[in-house]
Amino acid sequence: MALFDLQERSLRELNAELHRQAALLQQGADADTEWEVTNPRGSHAVAVGIDGALTVNVRGSVGYYCGGMNQSGQIHVEGSVGPGVGENMMSGSIRVTGDASQYAGATGRGGQLVIEGNASSRCGISIKGIDIVVRGDVGHMSAFMAQSGNLVVLGNAGDALGDSIYEAKLFVRGEVQSLGADCVKKEMREQHLKHLTGLLERAQISDVRAEEFTRYGSARQLYHFDVDHADAY
Amino acid sequence: MSSTNPSTTPRKSAKFDDYTLSEIRRAAATGLYDIRGAGAKRKVPGLDDLLFLGASMSRYPLEGYREKCGTGVVLGSRFAQKPLELKIPITIAGMSFGSLSGNAKEALGRGATLAGTSTTTGDGGMTPEERGHSQLLVYQYLPSRYGMNPDDLRKADAIEIVVGQGAKPGGGGMLLGQKISPRVAEMRTLPEGIDQRSACRHPDWTGPDDLAIKILELREITDWQKPIYIKVGGARPYYDTALAVKAGADVVVLDGMEGGTAATQEVFIEHVGQPTLACIRPAVDALQELGMHRKVQLILSGGIRNGADVAKALALGADAVSIGTAALVAIGDNDPRWEAEYQALGSTAGAYDDWHEGNDPAGISTQDPERAARLDPVAAGRRLANYLKVMTLEAQTIARACGKSHVHHLEPEDLVALSVESAAMARVPLAGTDWVPGRGDQ
Repeated sequence: MALFDLQERSLRELNAELHRQAALLQQGADADTEWEVTNPRGSHAVAVGIDGALTVNVRGSVGYYCGGMNQSGQIHVEGSVGPGVGENMMSGSIRVTGDASQYAGATGRGGQLVIEGNASSRCGISIKGIDIVVRGDVGHMSAFMAQSGNLVVLGNAGDALGDSIYEAKLFVRGEVQSLGADCVKKEMREQHLKHLTGLLERAQISDVRAEEFTRYGSARQLYHFDVDHADAY
Repeated sequence: MSSTNPSTTPRKSAKFDDYTLSEIRRAAATGLYDIRGAGAKRKVPGLDDLLFLGASMSRYPLEGYREKCGTGVVLGSRFAQKPLELKIPITIAGMSFGSLSGNAKEALGRGATLAGTSTTTGDGGMTPEERGHSQLLVYQYLPSRYGMNPDDLRKADAIEIVVGQGAKPGGGGMLLGQKISPRVAEMRTLPEGIDQRSACRHPDWTGPDDLAIKILELREITDWQKPIYIKVGGARPYYDTALAVKAGADVVVLDGMEGGTAATQEVFIEHVGQPTLACIRPAVDALQELGMHRKVQLILSGGIRNGADVAKALALGADAVSIGTAALVAIGDNDPRWEAEYQALGSTAGAYDDWHEGNDPAGISTQDPERAARLDPVAAGRRLANYLKVMTLEAQTIARACGKSHVHHLEPEDLVALSVESAAMARVPLAGTDWVPGRGDQ
C-alpha cells in the first residue's frame, strides 16, 4: 500500500504519480496499484484521469471533480465529495461514504458510482452509460438529458426528475417530487426487476429489493420537433 | 382608379421586404421557427469598413519577397508544457463530424496540415480520421460532451472549452434527425434519426469560478501539457475575456455574429451577439489591463474571408484568426457547379444555407454517402491549403506595405475607418479626420 499525504505533497504530484503507476501497469511493469491518500482537506481534482486498475482510498472529504474521467480505477472516498464526482467516468468504480454535491456522475459513460449518503441536484445529468446508485436522496433536475445508463435512488428524488431524458433508466424507491419534461412512470416488468437486481448487487446493496422501486423513463414525445409540444421546451 | 389618371410606381417596403414577407408566410404555414446554417447574413459594421494607411513620407515599406515578414504564432505559452506552434496566424474553427461529412473533415485536416496550422473538432467528438489527418488538432470541450473521453483528450494538441459561439451565444448544438446516421448516433450515444437537443450550458460548471476549477481538472488529467482555450461568442467581450484570463485560459477564442453554425434558429443568428468588429478592442483592452496581451493569445473569428481581414484583426490586437465558413467555401461549399441541384432545393449557389437538412450537393454538410462521395478529400485539402497560403501572402503584403517585419507588428495606428460606426468600434480615426467617435474623454 503506497501512502500519499496531501498535506505534505501537492495535488500535481499525486495525479502525476497515479498516472505514472497506471502507465507502468499498462507496460506490464511493477506498479504500486494500491494507494491511500490522506489529508485531502477538500482538495479539487483528486485522482483524476486515472487510466488503469489502481485502487485509491481517499481518507477524508474532497472538493470538485474527484475521480474525473476515471478509467478502470477503483476509488473509495471516506467522506463527502464536492460537485462533479466521477464526471465523465469511463469505467471502474467510485464509492463515496458521505454525501455528494451537485452534478454527481455528470456525463458518465461507464463504470459504477455509488453514493452512500445523499446526492444533490442534477445527479446523473447527461449520463452516457454510467450506473449511479444513491442510498439517500437526489436533488432537483436529476438525470437531466440522461442519454443512457442507470440512476438508482433508494431515497427520494427532487423536482423535475429526468427532464428531457433520452434512453437512460431511472429507478426510485422513495417519492418523486415531480417529473421533468417527457419523463414518465414506466411499467416494471420481469426484465427490469432482473436488471435492477443486478445493479443493486454490483453496488453491494442487499437490504432492499427491486420490487420496492418504481421505474421512470422517456415518453419519447420530444424526439422529433412538433410545434404542438412547443410548451414543453 | 380610371385608366386616364396616372398612378405611382409600385413600391416595396424596406421594412416588409421580400425576405420578411416570405418568412412570415413560412411561419404561418409551419408553426416552426426557421432553422438554417451559416452566420449572420445581413450587413453589419465590419472589417471592410477599415483601411490601412500603408507607406508614406513618414513610414517606409519593406521589400516584398526580399525583406522577411514573419507569420508564425505560438498559442498557449502561458501554462502549457507544449504550446502550439503555427506557421500561419489562421486556424480552422470547430466544426463537428456529424454536421460535416467525414470527407469534409478529412479535407480540412489535410489542408491545415499542408499550411502548417490546426483544425478543431466540434460537437461530435474526435474521429480517428481527423486525428490522423490533422497534424495539430484542437479538441472541443462542449456542453453536450458527446464522445468526450480521456483517451482523445490525451491525443489532442489543445483543448478548447466552448462557452459559446458567435452564431448563437447562449444556444446549444442542433443536429436534426436526417443527419443522425448510425455512425453519428453511436459517437453521440443517441438513438438514430432523432432530432438531437444539445445542452446550452455545461453540465458540471456554471460561472467563471467553477470554470477555474474545471480547468484545473482538465490540466491535471492531461498532466499540464496542453494549452486550454476558452471560446466565447460576441456577447460581453471585455468581461468575457477578463474572466477567461482569470479562470486560467491560455488562449481566448472570440467569435462574432458573422460566425457560422451548421444549424440554429435564424432569429438567433441575426439578432443575438455582436459583430466581430465590435468585439476586438474590448477584448484586447481586457488583456492589456491584465498585462496579458500576447501572453494569453486572442484568436478572432466570425466572417474572416481574406488576407485583409487577417491583417486588420491582427492590427487591432488579435494574435490569430480562425475560419469556418470561408474554409468550407474553399473546399467547395455553395459552388456554382451544383446550381441545378440548389435550384431543385429552392435555393441558389451562394445562398444555400439549409445545412441542417443534410442534402448538401457539395457533399460537405451531409451524412448521405452518395453526396459525401462527391468531395475528394485530397483535392479539397489542396484547395484549402492554397486558400490559406493566399490569405497569408495578402496579410504579409499589407504588413510589408506598413513597414512591418512580422504580421503581429501591425497596429491600430495603421488603420482608418470609412464610417462613424466602424471608427467607434475599431477605435481608429474616421478617414480624413482626427476623430475617433465614442471616446468619452475626447
